[in-house]
Parts: sequence; structure tokens; C-alpha cells
Amino acid sequence: MASEAETGALPRLDATPGVAPARRTTLRRWLSNSGVSIGGGLFLVILFLTLIGPFLVPHSPFDQSLVSRLRPPVWSGGTAEHPFGTDYLGRDYLARLLWGGRISLLIGFCTIAVAGIFGTTIGVLAGYFGGTLDFAVRFLIMVRLALPAVLIALAVAFIAGPSLKLLIIVLGLLLWDRFAVVARATTMQLRTSEFVIAARATGASNLTILRRDILPNIVNQLIVIATVELANAVLIAAALSFLGLGVQPPMPDWGLMIAEGKQYLLFSPYLITLPGAAMMVLVLSVNLLGDGIRDVTDPEARGR
Amino acid sequence: MARYAVRQFLLSAAVLLAVSVVGFILLRASGDLAQRIAGSEAMAADVEKIRIAYGLDRPLPIQYLDWALNAVRGDLGRSLFFPENVGTLIARRLPITLGLAALGLGTAILVGIPLGAISALKPNGLFDRLALGGAVLGQAMPPFWLGLLFIIFFGLHLGWLPVSGSDTWRNFVLPTAVLAIATMPTIMRLTRSGMIDALRADYVRTTRAKGLFPFTIVFKHALRNALIPVVAIAAVQLGALIGGSVVLETVFGVQGLGYLAWESINRADYPVVQAIVLVLGGIYCILTFVSDLLHAALDPRMRAQ
Repeated sequence: MASEAETGALPRLDATPGVAPARRTTLRRWLSNSGVSIGGGLFLVILFLTLIGPFLVPHSPFDQSLVSRLRPPVWSGGTAEHPFGTDYLGRDYLARLLWGGRISLLIGFCTIAVAGIFGTTIGVLAGYFGGTLDFAVRFLIMVRLALPAVLIALAVAFIAGPSLKLLIIVLGLLLWDRFAVVARATTMQLRTSEFVIAARATGASNLTILRRDILPNIVNQLIVIATVELANAVLIAAALSFLGLGVQPPMPDWGLMIAEGKQYLLFSPYLITLPGAAMMVLVLSVNLLGDGIRDVTDPEARGR
Repeated sequence: MARYAVRQFLLSAAVLLAVSVVGFILLRASGDLAQRIAGSEAMAADVEKIRIAYGLDRPLPIQYLDWALNAVRGDLGRSLFFPENVGTLIARRLPITLGLAALGLGTAILVGIPLGAISALKPNGLFDRLALGGAVLGQAMPPFWLGLLFIIFFGLHLGWLPVSGSDTWRNFVLPTAVLAIATMPTIMRLTRSGMIDALRADYVRTTRAKGLFPFTIVFKHALRNALIPVVAIAAVQLGALIGGSVVLETVFGVQGLGYLAWESINRADYPVVQAIVLVLGGIYCILTFVSDLLHAALDPRMRAQ
């Protein structure tokens, strides 16, 4: 630690006027972006509802009650007891929707963790080292894109027996391509930039350069991809559950709830509209947030 | 150009070979296939009989070589469920899926390109905001859910269109609409950003300085350049639509390749599933190959890479 005598003579940084306002401007710049404020706000509301919500609803999402089957929601003649109605087994639909959100977010976050780590690693290595490694990674990306993802996921789930863990692994191994493409392209641009050349001239190892100079500079783009893939994972997982090879009953999953409600679509359409609308709001918020982050961090791409 | 074409062709062929290997391994090695064919209540002895009868007891590389050599000769094996062999089965279902995907993409292009081009004329104007808002909504809707909403509204409440099947053209209206809504946002946004760049470019400023009509500038000079990436993405989108046909064909009961894949997965009819993975991979490789060539023909800078 420097003594008080040494630092006392220097102007203290945090006391200089202009620093605190600058930070506030950054915050304002973030919040003044409608994508970040609306999308981020919606996303926070959904996170809050799915984490806290189940404790606010008096019903369990699993408790069946055959005497109160298919009760309509409040806006079409139901009671406040079940504000969003009940499903074909008399389970409270609001409770199931909130729990379904948890499962969707769990799948989404775990999938982008698996896909993001794998895709970013191979993308950065390919972009940084180039040559044969780059060719191999590009080839791998092409093969991944040529594989029909939904079909493969369905077939694997059928043969191995569907489960939540398998769903996350399969989706993670199918959705890494965009991470790899973007990580590779941005790393290639940075490789020849002056600060990387300077770092190399000072004798920094490849690992140090990758960790200190490359990764921090591509993280913004990767976050944007993560939002796209989070939305993608939620949609694909719901489609697989809808087809019966994703999340298994009695778990409340939005895709599965739509499949269960399909039989009753004429007289109880809310069984289908509600979970789909919930999914739409989630995907919408994530997409808006991603667009907003990209606009703020990469002003050149604004509004694309 | 010829060298570029040959190189891309060899690359596509190599990708297809890799797809066939990966698809084969994933379908054989993710679980006990013989057990799945026999069903979960089958006796161990019966499972063994099936394993030997279908050659599933052999080492994986041998099984692959056997299958791949036959596939090269045009024999994709026999279905475990249908009397026909897999090739005829796929040949009958494929046109339906291809047609549906082409209809969806065609509609998306017809609507998306004009919307994107008009949006770019006044970025952040009222039209642009409305169109972008619509695109964001379209991207957020799960296609199978939108399909069900269409069935409820147009099929059941209004009774305008049939809800299931693929016998008449009327069956294809709703699935085409869903596909178009799912694909249009990408095409619209790409056209829009390409147009914004093009309208800012020097050559467009020159045409303005020459005093050309704004209409000529927009359609003859700017749009042509803005559409280059759209052409490239359209082929990839078509591949994605065909690959994603499993879900939508199940919703609408369209008897295409996706529906066949879905039925076959649930019947453990693995020769059919295996062949469909190969066919879809092949279609994707052909489409990207064509798209690369088109791209290179339109934009000479591509060939240099």
C-alpha cells in the first residue's frame, strides 16, 4: 500500500468531478436504449415471477383434482380460486405456467452454458491459430449445420429415453455453431490488431494474450449470441416436449402443456394460448435485450 | 470460377460424408436399438434375436460400411414397418416437404424484401418501426403454437380451411403462412440492413449527383447490391425449413418427409430415420453449394477467398 504522504499530493481519482457523472452517463446510455430497458425489464419480471411466483400461488402444480377439471380462467367465467383455470387433471394452470417458466429458463441457461463454452473455445482457437486448425473447425461447423438438429434430437431422445439432462446435453451439442462462427470471426480481426501485436512483442504467451486481450474484447458479441441461442433453445426444447420427446409428464413444461391441451382446443383454447403466449413473451424479452445490448456495445451495427 | 466451384463441390461432398458418419453413430450408439425395436416389455431372448436378425450385433464400423456402400448404390435399406423399401418411401414424401418449404420461403421473400427495402428508405420512421416490431413478434412465436392458433381460428371458428391432411391445395395455406411468418423476419432485416448500407455508399451518392430518379436509384442500384446476402441466406433458410419440417408437418398432419420421420422415430423404424437424416443433410449440402456459387457469381470478391 502507498502511504498517505505519497498519494495525498496526487488528485484523488474518485473525487475528480466528471468521473461519477461519466458512470451515470453509461448507465443512462444503457437504459435509454429501448431494447435494453423494455427487453431487460420484461426478462427481470419473468425471472422474478418464475423464481418467487410459485410461492405466491396457493396451489401445487402437481396436485390433481378430478372434480375441478378444465375450469375456465377468470376472464371467461372462472373463479379467483384458479385465476388461469385448471387443466384436464384439475391442476392449477397458473402454478403450472410459473413452474414451466423455471424449466424453460433452466433448459435455456444450461444449454447456452454447454454450447457457449464449446463453441467459443473452438472458435477462438481457430481464429487465433488459423491454418489447419481453422480449417478443421470450419469443417466441423459445416457438418453441424448440415445435420438436421430437431430430427437428430428427437431420434436420440427416443433411443436413449427422454430426460431433462439428455435434452440439455443434446441441445448444447447442437446449438454451439453460432458461438463458434462469431468467436472465430472476431478473434481473426483482433489477431492482427496493434494491441495484440504489442502484447506479443512484450513476450506474452499465447494463453495470456487469449485470456487478457482477446476474450474481454469478444465478450460483448458472445453475450448477444447467447441471447439468440437462449431463445432458440427455449423454442426447440418446447417443440421437442410438444412432440413428447422432451420434458416428460407430470413435469409442467410449456411445450408439454400445449401438447396436453391439444385435445381440448375447441372448448378450452386457453390451455394452448396461455403457455404459448408465455413462451412468446420470454423469447421476445430475450431477443429485445440481445438487440439492445448489441446496439449499445456496437454502435456501428445499431438498428440492424 | 471453375476452380472455386470444384473446391466447393469437394468440400460439400466431404461434409455429406461426415454427416452420414455422425448421423449413423448418433442413431446407433445413443441407446440399445434392438431393445427399442422390441419394446420395453420384450424378453431378453427376443431382443437378442432382433439384434442378430438386423445385424445390430456387428461392430459399428462394419455396420456403417455395409449401410454406406448400399446407400451409394442407391439402396437405402428396407423399412421395418412399410412393405416398400426406404428409397421409394422417401421419394413419395419428399416432394410434399420440398413444395411446402418452397411455398413458405417464396411467400417470405415476396413480402420480406419489399418490407425491408421500404423500411430502409426512412430508418426509424413510422413504417420502419412497425415493420421491425412485426418482425420481432414473428421471430418470438413458436411455429407449432402459431400453427395451433391458426387451426383454432381459421379452421375451427371460421371453418375456412381444413385443419389436417395434405390432399388439396387448401391444406397447404395454413402451414405455408406459418413458415412464411417464421422466415420473413430474417429476410426483412437482412434486406433492410443491406439497403441502409447501400444507400449510404459512394456509388449511390454518385447516382444521386447524376440526377437519376430516386426510383431508379433504389431499385436498380441499391437493391441489387443489398440482395446479395439475402440470396445467400435464402438457400440456407430453405434448408432450415426442410430440416424443421418435423414439427410443423406433425401439427398439420401434412404427409411429408418430416411427418414420416416423426412416425418412424416413434416406431423405431431406424432404416427410415437414418435415410431421412442422410437425405436432409444432402439437401442442405446441395443448397449451400448452390448458394455459394450464386454468391460468387453475384459478388466477385467472394471468389478470391
